[in-house]
Amino acid sequence: MADKNNLIVYCELDEGRVADVSLELLTKGRQLADRLGVKLEALVIGSDLKGIEDQIFPYGADVVYKVDDKRLYPYTSLPHSSVLINLFKEIEPQIALMGATCIGRDLGPRVSSALHSGLTADCTSLEIGDHTDAKTKKDYKDLLYQIRPAFGGNIVATIVNPECRPQMATVREGVMKKEIYNPDHKGVVVDLDPAKYVKDEDFVVDIIDRQIAKSKVNIKGAPIVVAGGYGVGSKENFQLLFDLAQTLGAEVGASRAAVDAGFIEHERQIGQTGVTVRPKLYIACGISGQIQHIAGMQESSIIISINNDPNAPINAIADYVITGNMEDVVPKLIKYYKKNSK
Amino acid sequence: MSLNIIVLAKQVPDTRNVGKDAMKADGTINRAALPAIFNPEDLNALEQALRLKDANPGSTITVLTMGLPKSAEVIREAIYRGADGGIVLTDRALGGADTLATSYSLAQAVKKIGNYDIILGGRQAIDGDTAQVGPQIAEKLGIPQVTYAEEIVDLKDGKVTVKRRLEHGIETVVAPLPCVVTVNGSAADCRPRNAKRLMKYKYAVSPSEKASLPEEKQALVDGRPYLQINEWGADFVEADPQQIGFPGSPTKVKTVENVVFTAKEARHLEGADDAGIEDLIKELITNHTIG
Repeated sequence: MADKNNLIVYCELDEGRVADVSLELLTKGRQLADRLGVKLEALVIGSDLKGIEDQIFPYGADVVYKVDDKRLYPYTSLPHSSVLINLFKEIEPQIALMGATCIGRDLGPRVSSALHSGLTADCTSLEIGDHTDAKTKKDYKDLLYQIRPAFGGNIVATIVNPECRPQMATVREGVMKKEIYNPDHKGVVVDLDPAKYVKDEDFVVDIIDRQIAKSKVNIKGAPIVVAGGYGVGSKENFQLLFDLAQTLGAEVGASRAAVDAGFIEHERQIGQTGVTVRPKLYIACGISGQIQHIAGMQESSIIISINNDPNAPINAIADYVITGNMEDVVPKLIKYYKKNSK
Repeated sequence: MSLNIIVLAKQVPDTRNVGKDAMKADGTINRAALPAIFNPEDLNALEQALRLKDANPGSTITVLTMGLPKSAEVIREAIYRGADGGIVLTDRALGGADTLATSYSLAQAVKKIGNYDIILGGRQAIDGDTAQVGPQIAEKLGIPQVTYAEEIVDLKDGKVTVKRRLEHGIETVVAPLPCVVTVNGSAADCRPRNAKRLMKYKYAVSPSEKASLPEEKQALVDGRPYLQINEWGADFVEADPQQIGFPGSPTKVKTVENVVFTAKEARHLEGADDAGIEDLIKELITNHTIG
């Protein structure tokens, strides 16, 4: 018997907006729900949620659950966990998805532990498929395949949760594509009584200070990305990449090694532990091409690799390989672009 | 106020530096070639624990790890840096555990240790990058959690003040003790080994390790209880066999594939080839990729 329970997406809020990662998950959730023949549900927890459903319905949600209480924004672990735990016991979703963000990666494990349901972090792909247990030979129909890199990105594992529900997964921002399902799509709004889902005792952790900056970086949406790796060598040399990016109208990205070395801020990290990008042009400077980085940029339309090592692994997926020092090559790119543009 | 601090640590293969020697001819990873290291963020957690101990004389730091008997190496390493002792939770029955079964097993060991004020651990381990075990242990113990911690700012009157590093900024929270705090890689680096401690604890060993020492060294360990690293099994921590190891894991690995990227036919240029670089730029402008 196929599971006819629904699929739910936890929608994260950022200053009154539903976060991109949640809209991306609604888009993926809609496809999975259609495949399963079930409803797509969304859950929003926060304060001043009036009209928030208008941001969610165009992405295909059939039901929006709202839990509105001034103590529920900004996010804290225990109150949000309690809502999910209590609601999931009641509506028994077969699949629950959330962003692999500081919130989702704090919330997901707590909820999965309380419900004894399996959770797979940082999935890069979600599919529906059948499964036969190797030992018991028991067949399972229409499970959620939770596909994720492991072992530093060197292997890709497909994980299933045969027996426990909900099947839970987190996905990083930018991994799934966000697409309006139907601008006029409408569903049902269900207002839940906070007192039924959260106890006063859950509010034990106080936020005494919050300094959250609006993100200035938008590498995910940039048509051109100029990315630097450890081979860039220094914070100062990264300025060359910013110069090139400014000339081309690009954003600057980086590999984990460059971020770890302190050349550039983490916000710009591309790869399995950063963001995933799909620009029309990706210029990799001094990036050797650890698998964990390639996982986050391999879908770029055109890849140029500038590296003084002609055997850098990234060259294998590049369309153009320029062998040389990036300090020499990048100024040439700027020079010839300025000379030839318009 | 003296504190009972538990630090969760894991011995992991060093997946961050998969060099060419670690690749086999077929392009797969030779795991045996990767060194086993102290999970980096667990070292950041240990440093926060040591700072708490510095500020609260008389405090004790107990390091808890789960893994193969050789994981005692991380406990010894932590002792060299200032921890007081540790426990290796090791048992064949614990093998094949996913994060949930791991959390349950570790939570059982924490209960066995008992009487703790704060539990610190790294945000995530580099072999799985899941960040799930910390919050799951907190849930199993029924205590609050503070994740993505960058600094423990203050601890007094049964409360801990923690600065958290989030995607776009910093948040400072106050949580009641006991609680679980998972520490981010952006936190302060761990202090190095202390030379005197290195001398004193050189022969700190678990029972499994002791068995392979020469007899006179075994006698030395027997006479000095501070050299004894505890080794606990699943029964000792009263773990329910249905909740540990493979049977206790709701997630199952269906398939594992090695990552192989399809190579493209690339056009190669030399950095000194100005004409070639200019042609490339012209081509990209012509096909509207740039400009």
